[in-house]
Amino acid sequence: MEGHLLEVRGLSISFTQYEKGLHQTELPVIRDLNVTVDRGELVAVIGSSGSGKSLLAHAVMGLLPYNASSSGEMLYQGEPLTESRKRELRGRNIVLVPQSVSYLDPLMQVGEQVRKGKKGPAILEKCRRVLGSYGLGPETEPLYPFQLSGGMTRRVLISTAVMEEPELVIADEPTPGLHLEAARRVLGHFREMAEQGAGVLLITHDLELALQVADRVVVLYAGTAIEETDSRSFSREETLYHPYTRALYRAMPEHGFSSVPGNQPYVKELPSGCPYRPRCERAKGECAGAVPFERTDRGGVRCLRWREWAFGQEEPSLREEAAL
Amino acid sequence: MDNAKWIAGQLIRMMVLLVFVAAAVFLLLSISPVDPLTTNVGQTALGAMSPEQVEKLREYWGVGVPPLSRFAGWAKDVLRGDLGVSLLYRRPVAEVIGERFVNSVWLMAAAWLLSGAIGFLLGILAGRKRGGLADKLVTGYCLMTASTPAFWIAMVLLMVFAVWLKWLPIGLAVPIGTAAAEVSLGDRVIHMILPALALSLTGISNIALHTREKLAEVMESDYVLFARARGESEGSILLRHGLRNIALPALTLQFGSVSEIFGGSVLVEQVFSYPGLGQAAVTAGLGSDVPLLMGITVISAALVFGGNTAANILYGLIDPRMRKGRRKS
Repeated sequence: MEGHLLEVRGLSISFTQYEKGLHQTELPVIRDLNVTVDRGELVAVIGSSGSGKSLLAHAVMGLLPYNASSSGEMLYQGEPLTESRKRELRGRNIVLVPQSVSYLDPLMQVGEQVRKGKKGPAILEKCRRVLGSYGLGPETEPLYPFQLSGGMTRRVLISTAVMEEPELVIADEPTPGLHLEAARRVLGHFREMAEQGAGVLLITHDLELALQVADRVVVLYAGTAIEETDSRSFSREETLYHPYTRALYRAMPEHGFSSVPGNQPYVKELPSGCPYRPRCERAKGECAGAVPFERTDRGGVRCLRWREWAFGQEEPSLREEAAL
Repeated sequence: MDNAKWIAGQLIRMMVLLVFVAAAVFLLLSISPVDPLTTNVGQTALGAMSPEQVEKLREYWGVGVPPLSRFAGWAKDVLRGDLGVSLLYRRPVAEVIGERFVNSVWLMAAAWLLSGAIGFLLGILAGRKRGGLADKLVTGYCLMTASTPAFWIAMVLLMVFAVWLKWLPIGLAVPIGTAAAEVSLGDRVIHMILPALALSLTGISNIALHTREKLAEVMESDYVLFARARGESEGSILLRHGLRNIALPALTLQFGSVSEIFGGSVLVEQVFSYPGLGQAAVTAGLGSDVPLLMGITVISAALVFGGNTAANILYGLIDPRMRKGRRKS
């Protein structure tokens, strides 16, 4: 047993920010995140736009900016993922599929970028085959990034990943700016990679699209993982255990489009305890304390009251409170 | 846009620019308090002359003729290809400029290439890692030389290498007391070293600082982050992505710096008594030699404009975004 392909335990990432001269503050962007990815599995991490989820990808690759720091543990195939091991694995065993055209060198032809500057008939042939498998003909190779459409850009970026025959693919927001059909197709490509045996970690803000391809889903709220569950759990509200996940469920168009008032708090103004507390209709006093991540039959949840409200076992004391 | 049309447009722009530059110089000269007679003949000599002789001299220097008609006369001759006769050298302006230009052009070309190459290398060294030791040293050097006037550096070099160490000649372009036919190429090169060094030392900082800024920006870009994520080594990133993306701005900068080198050469040539265009410009300006000064002005404006235009053309030819974009439309 060599363990999960990727296991992230209690990962926290924070930014150091200067405000008003030399006063430093720490911005906790991701807090206490647990996630595992196995071979042949597609795991989606869902978080709202601009919440710093990209940093998760950068942390795994060992590419955090100098003003960010991380704590927690990362294991790759059961072995600690140290910075030197990250350097060794990245670009070969672990690949990143970034989000936009700005990740391509604006002055280099597409073919050369996909080939990573390597030369030789074998690599030329492989490049042609990989691009071809995404519907990009040889005429794409001499193009420069500014000549690509949004959908072509994503397929070129995916091609760079597939060229390496990776074990783990980390996709950072691969769908924004694409129309629904193209976005579905792009996510389908990640599904194919998982079918072919790679582990895929999909970082996205689009729950609906992610559910169509993911095996498991981790939901972030204000940088905190509040629920991890099977994507099939989203077929019924009752199988979702966190109030926020249920709110997400109800917000989907086919489930009534209803929204909970309020916004996700900014990481600087986080409430103590459960970050969802101010908006939660079931919050009570102890939610302001520490809220551990508990295992469930479907994954895990970070809610003190998930049992009672998931299974309808209200505590007697609460019933009394309600009666008053 | 059509290439021929674009070039024609550039040429028209240059013509307009030259007309304005010439007019501005003429205006400045005509309101200058320098009296050509007193300056060039001398107060005592003038006093000893008869009124007829003074009148002849006044006529020679064009004193009393309205500036507008003088300018019109000069412009009419220039359009026919005649730059006039230098009042101080008593030879055709074209000839004086031609001779001076040959001296200056080697000096400026050497300084231009030297500052470009060294500046580019220093910029790469510094920009590779913003805030690193190399960056601090290079930026420190650049800020120091950027705030140092070229003529001052020229004087320091002169003192150290010519006066104290006596390694290099103190000035001029050829050895004193040697017949023109006997001057060797080596003599010319030796006389050029100090002025070229003085000119390029200050030019380096501009190129290095800009290259550093651009490279640092590239090294912090998304595509370099992605190259790192793909396992490319720092060396390969610098060569494959860094150089590629800073080459164009560096080229523009290099051609744009022609004007600075030219401006610097006026002062540096003065310090080294180097008989180049710059020195001739100073002599002509102080001596009210209108035809010569106008000629030099027009030539140098054309040179600077040519440098900038060359940068524009090269950019359009090399950058795929501009090249292909133009073809598409």
